[in-house]
Order: sequence, then C-alpha cells, then structure tokens
Amino acid sequence: MSDCHDCHVNSAIAPPPPVRSLARKTVALVGPPNSGKSTLFNVLTGLRQKVANFPGVTVEHRTGFLRLENGREVDLVDLPGVYSLDPRSEDERITRDALSGGIEGIRKPDAILLILDSTNLGRHLMLAAPVLGLGIPTMVILNMADDLHKRGGSVDTQQLASQLDAPVVLISAAKRQGIETIRNYLEGQFAVPRPVELPIFQDVPRCRQWSAKLGLRAKYRAPAPPVWTRRLDRVFLHPVAGPFVFLAVVILVFQTIFSGARPLMDGVESLVSHSGAWVANQLPDVWWRDLLTEGVWGGVGSVLVFLPQILLLFLFIGLLEDSGYLARAALIADRTMARVGLQGKSFIPLLSAYACAVPAIMATRTIENKRDRIATILIAPFMTCSARLPVYTLIIAAFLPDHPILGRFLGTQAAAMLGLYVLGFAAAVLTARLLKSSILKSDRTPFVLEMPPYRWPTWRFLGLRLLDRAYVFLRRAGTVILGVAIALWIMAHLPLKEGKAPPIEESVAGTLGRVVEPAIRPLGFNWKIGIGLLTSLAAREVIVGTLGTIYGIEGDAGNGEASKGLQRALQHDLTPAGGLALLVFFAFAMQCMSTIAVVRRETGGWKWPAVQFTYMTVMAYVSAFAAFHLF
Amino acid sequence: MASRDLTGGDFHRHTESVLQLSFSRKHCPPDRKHATLAELRNGEQAVLETLDLPEDNARRLMELGFLPGHVVSAAHSAPSGDPRVFRVDGSEVALRRETARHLKIRVAD
Ligand SMILES: Nc1nc2c(ncn2[C@@H]2O[C@H](COP(=O)(O)OP(=O)(O)OP(=O)(O)O)[C@@H](O)[C@H]2O)c(=O)[nH]1
Ligand SMILES: [Mg+2]
Repeated sequence: MSDCHDCHVNSAIAPPPPVRSLARKTVALVGPPNSGKSTLFNVLTGLRQKVANFPGVTVEHRTGFLRLENGREVDLVDLPGVYSLDPRSEDERITRDALSGGIEGIRKPDAILLILDSTNLGRHLMLAAPVLGLGIPTMVILNMADDLHKRGGSVDTQQLASQLDAPVVLISAAKRQGIETIRNYLEGQFAVPRPVELPIFQDVPRCRQWSAKLGLRAKYRAPAPPVWTRRLDRVFLHPVAGPFVFLAVVILVFQTIFSGARPLMDGVESLVSHSGAWVANQLPDVWWRDLLTEGVWGGVGSVLVFLPQILLLFLFIGLLEDSGYLARAALIADRTMARVGLQGKSFIPLLSAYACAVPAIMATRTIENKRDRIATILIAPFMTCSARLPVYTLIIAAFLPDHPILGRFLGTQAAAMLGLYVLGFAAAVLTARLLKSSILKSDRTPFVLEMPPYRWPTWRFLGLRLLDRAYVFLRRAGTVILGVAIALWIMAHLPLKEGKAPPIEESVAGTLGRVVEPAIRPLGFNWKIGIGLLTSLAAREVIVGTLGTIYGIEGDAGNGEASKGLQRALQHDLTPAGGLALLVFFAFAMQCMSTIAVVRRETGGWKWPAVQFTYMTVMAYVSAFAAFHLF
Repeated sequence: MASRDLTGGDFHRHTESVLQLSFSRKHCPPDRKHATLAELRNGEQAVLETLDLPEDNARRLMELGFLPGHVVSAAHSAPSGDPRVFRVDGSEVALRRETARHLKIRVAD
C-alpha cells in the first residue's frame, strides 16, 4: 500500500493547470540539498511535497500552482537540490535541464527562487555564482533564520542585496516567517540581476573566495556549532553505544508495530465485523447481500484491519527521516554496503524501501554511478515493504504463539517479524554482492554524505503525511482490493448450476486455483493459496483480502472476528512448514505491478525488470521449496 | 591507473603502515610527506593541502567545502572507524577512508 506509485497522492490535491495565460509565470526553486526548498514550496502552494532532514529527498521536478493577491498566476517548480550546475547524478541533471527549459511540460523559468541555508552561508553562497550567471531574474532567499538567530549568527541582507544586485530575504520556511516578502516579489516585475562581480563558475576555489568576500561585506556572522547535534552524535555515533542504540531503536519499532498496534487493530476489526453484521441484517436475502458481506466485508475488511499497523510504521520512518538520524544510520551501515560493493548512499533508498519500493527506486537517482544505481534498483524490492506487513502479520499470528523473549521488550512474534526483515535485507545484500562482482562491476565513486544537524520533526507535516498515507491505503482498499474481491466473489459463484452457485472448488476461481495447484503443491500450498498467489500479483496484500473472501464464502470466517477466523482457516489449510514457506515466498517474490513499472521507467527498458522478476520469482520458489521440506 | 584507483592498492597499504607508526606517539605531527585526512582521529585538526583525486570527484568534494587551505577537523566515525565524519566549512561530511587518504593535509597548530 504505502506510497507506491500513489506516492504522488499530492497530485490528486493539486489543482489541474487551467488555460495558460500570457501573464502566467514559471518560477523555479533552486538551492543546495536540504536547504528547505520543498518546505517553502509547500508553504507557498499548500501542497504536500515530501520534506525530510537529509540531502537528496526531492529527486523529481514537481509543479505547484499559486495565485497571488494581484491575480498573477505562478507555476512554482520544486527541484532536486544541487551543489553546482554541472550535474553528477540523475536528480541534479533534472535541475539543470529544468533551468534551461529542457524538460517537457515545464517552461524555461521566468524567475528563480534561490534557497540557501543561512546557517551555512559561506558554502551555500557559492551556488549563487552560477545561478546568477544564468541571466534569469532571481531572488536570493536565506532560509533557517530561526536556527541562525538561535545560534547567535547574523547577516546584513541589504548589503548582500546590493552586492548581488538581487533581492535578498532572510526567512524561516518551517516557521512561516518572511513568506510575505516572497509573495510580494512574485507579484512584482522581475529584473535580471547584474552582480558587482562574478567568479568563473568552474573554478570552485575562486567561487568560494567570492562567497567569502560577499559574506564579509554582508557582515555575515556564522552561527555557533549546533550544540545538541554534537551531544546527540556523541551517543548515536559512539563506537559502543551507537550500534546498541541502533539495535534498541529497531527492536522498539518492531515490538510497537507488532503488539502496540494490537488494540487499534482490534478496534478496527470489531468495527468491520459489527458493520458487516449490521449490513447483513438490514438487507433482504438476495445474492448481492452475500456479495457485500462475503466479498466486500470479508475481502476489504480483512485488509483494513492493518491500517493502524501501517500508519505506525510510517510514523517511525517519518521520525527517523525528519530528525536527521537516517544519515547516521547510513553511516553506520556503510561498512556492510562497502563489503557488497555498494556505497553508503545506496542505503538511504534501501531504507525508504521499507515503506515502499517505488519511491525507493526513484530515490536511487541520487547515486552518481550508473551501475551502482542499477544494482540498488534491482535489490530494493527485497527490502520488506509495508505491503508485506499484513501478510507477515497474519501468517505469523496464525502459526506462532507469542511468548516473551526479552521480557516485555520483545516477543516471539515480533522477533519472527524482525527475522523476516533481516531475511529480506540479507537477500538484498547477497544479490548486490553477486551483481557487483559480475555484470555490474564498476570503479567506485567516493562516498560523500552530508550529515544534517538534528532537528525536531515538524509535527504538522508528519501528521499530514500520515493522513496522506491513510488516504492512499484506503483508496487502494477501495479500488484494487475491492475490485479483486468483487471479481473473485463472482468467479467463485460461476458457472451457475441449475440456478445455484457451484461448490467453490468447481467454480471458475476454484478451477484457476486448481490449475496452478500442481506447480505450488511442492511448496505446501493448496489451490486456495494458489488463488491468493494469483491475485497477489496485483499487489502483495491482496492475498489477505482474497483469503478473506474465499473463507467468507466457505463460511469459516463468518462468526465474529474476521482475522481470528482467517487465522483459524489458515491453520486448516497450511501446515506450519507451509506457513513458513509462504512467508519465505512473500519475502522474495516480486509481486508488485507498480514496482515493475517504475523499474522499467527508471532503467529505460524491459531488460532489467524482466531480469529482476525472473530472478526474484525463481529465488522465491526455490527458497519456499527448501523451507517447506527442510522444516 | 592503479594509483588512481580509489579503493587503493599496495601503495596505500604502505602509506597506512607508515602513518600508524607516526601516530603511535601522540602530539607528534604525522610524517609530512605522507599525511592524509585518513589519519586524523576524532578531535584532531589539519589544514587541507591538495586533493589527489580525479578532477570530477575533487570538484564534488570542493563544493562540499574540502578546499585547499581550509581547516578540517575529524569527528565521529562509524563503529568500525570507517567512514568518518569531518567538519569542514560549517558542515559535517562523511567520507570513507579510501577517499580520505587521497586528501593531503598539513597539521594545524
Ligand atoms: N529550523 C528550520 N528548519 C527548516 C526550515 N526550513 C526547512 N527546514 C528543515 O530542513 C529540512 C530540509 O527541508 P526540505 O524542504 O526537505 O529541503 P530541500 O531543500 O527540499 O531538500 P532536498 O529535496 O533534499 O534538496 C527539513 O527537516 C525541514 O524541516 C527553517 O526555516 N528552519
Ligand atoms: Mg526537496
């Protein structure tokens, strides 16, 4: 569920571009990574572009629309962060192309908002040289004023403005301070700046000297080092305490996702079953009543139950990303990545693959080396995405009784879940090793990762992001899962025999299941699981809905709590070894249309998705077979 | 070719052993000819002299603040000691040892 290609949920909220009037302007947001471009974009447009505290969050251009008070219409374009205008990776190329009007659908900008981090002005001002050199009207925005002032820094914006011959403002995008000035600028006449002097852009030392001189003239006083960041790093990057904290965080996350979400899930569950019973009571005894209760409530309801769990997962991922810990985790994990021939930068997309492989695969655009990038794309779907969560939870709960391992901190079920996550990661890492020592061998590009200061997550955005997730999840439940449930229910009732539905084994759905049964029998799966595997090709979690529908029709799950019924029904149909095999199968198989589509787009052809699909399917089959027979 | 290789060949292994010797005594500045960023430990400072890297990679590091003449100080590292975070020009940047050993330094006072 998760973001998947629905991660553009925002685009649903964005107003459609109306007819283009002559007065309509295109304005681009340009700046170094992590300087707050997307934050400002959100503030100005009211959209919800992803914001997080590490460099390289935005990897795509994204246009938002705003109408100013004087009636001017502006297409605001959020772009990936860049250190200079000569690109080294795919995301940086997008920014360069957008500025020269080389991207389809985006006009060459009429003006640029150059966002720099005021707490690090010396270095960030370097980017002003090539940007002002473009000859496009530019406003220079010094962001993070709150942080600058808190740490005792200051800057004279007027001096800077006169040196650059461009308007300069000091704002705080996150605190929404100084936004009016930007709106005013966007309403006015744009003028091309003629700076007092500009260095040769290609000469980095010269650029730095230039920016130092500007800083001096603008009486820039750099802020004191971030005290809390230093303190926290003393713990998080401590040689002994660091990994320990890392592990503790991971365990906490799993235990919370597994048992902390229980009460909420039980709540949703009783809501689903009560409403189902109520609907059944209200309706006359017609065939479509059964479709509603068995198909819709049984199918969609059994997936809905997992909403709290998935939101919790996203909350944790959000906290890690927004606080700045993610970059530290990448640092700690770099050793492992180096062993398999990848660089620590690959770790960030891989971490976001815990939510969904689709945005993760797009995030690989920040990896400069082409072959490293492909390798990361190929291994990303092994990471345990949130769509696997319902499947894992259901099967684990059905076959593994929960006992405490570490007192209240870790139970067997959470540990099993953790084990599956480790399994996925191990498969990813081993595959990377295989790829990097054979077809994707390459010279290494240096691993360079900026460590952002720790920041408080912006609770508002975190909350909104969770809302978006919930919306995506519900939409998916209301479309794909609902569609499959209805289609399946109908197929399970056809062909009619003397006006009555056949036994499910003899229905169309049952026949399909029986056709694939010989192929999956060696893995310990019967035809019902077979139907689930077929439907899960649309998306992994669909299998849960499918089983819900099938057992709903059979009447096994009819009494009260759906998921308890589902668990019992599963115990009926699978041996524990078969359950393990099913888990392993889901850990490795690439059952996700959106992922296949995005891999094709990002690699520019069918070759890599085909390789990937075959590899993962074979691996899933062989491992499930081994699990079933060795257990 | 080999000396350009970022992963480092024999040449680097040799450098490393020299440096370990020079660092076993504290407060003793590292051997000038061989000193690189890779030998700085947590809390130590130095002035960057040259970046011995292919043009493209050197540029990226310079854009991040690793410019000749700038003071670089070493901070925390991953548990294994590699990669390490360096403070330079107002920000913190993590580099792997295989990269850091191509940045030649002069020890600051
Ligand atoms: N203290 C403070 N933090 C801010 C401000 N503006 C943005 N941030 C934080 O800075 C971090 C980066 O913000 P983003 O908007 O994602 O930055 P970006 O420039 O879009 O980053 P990339 O997409 O990676 O290039 C986030 O953690 C924001 O919450 C501000 O005015 N003050
Ligand atoms: Mg951004």
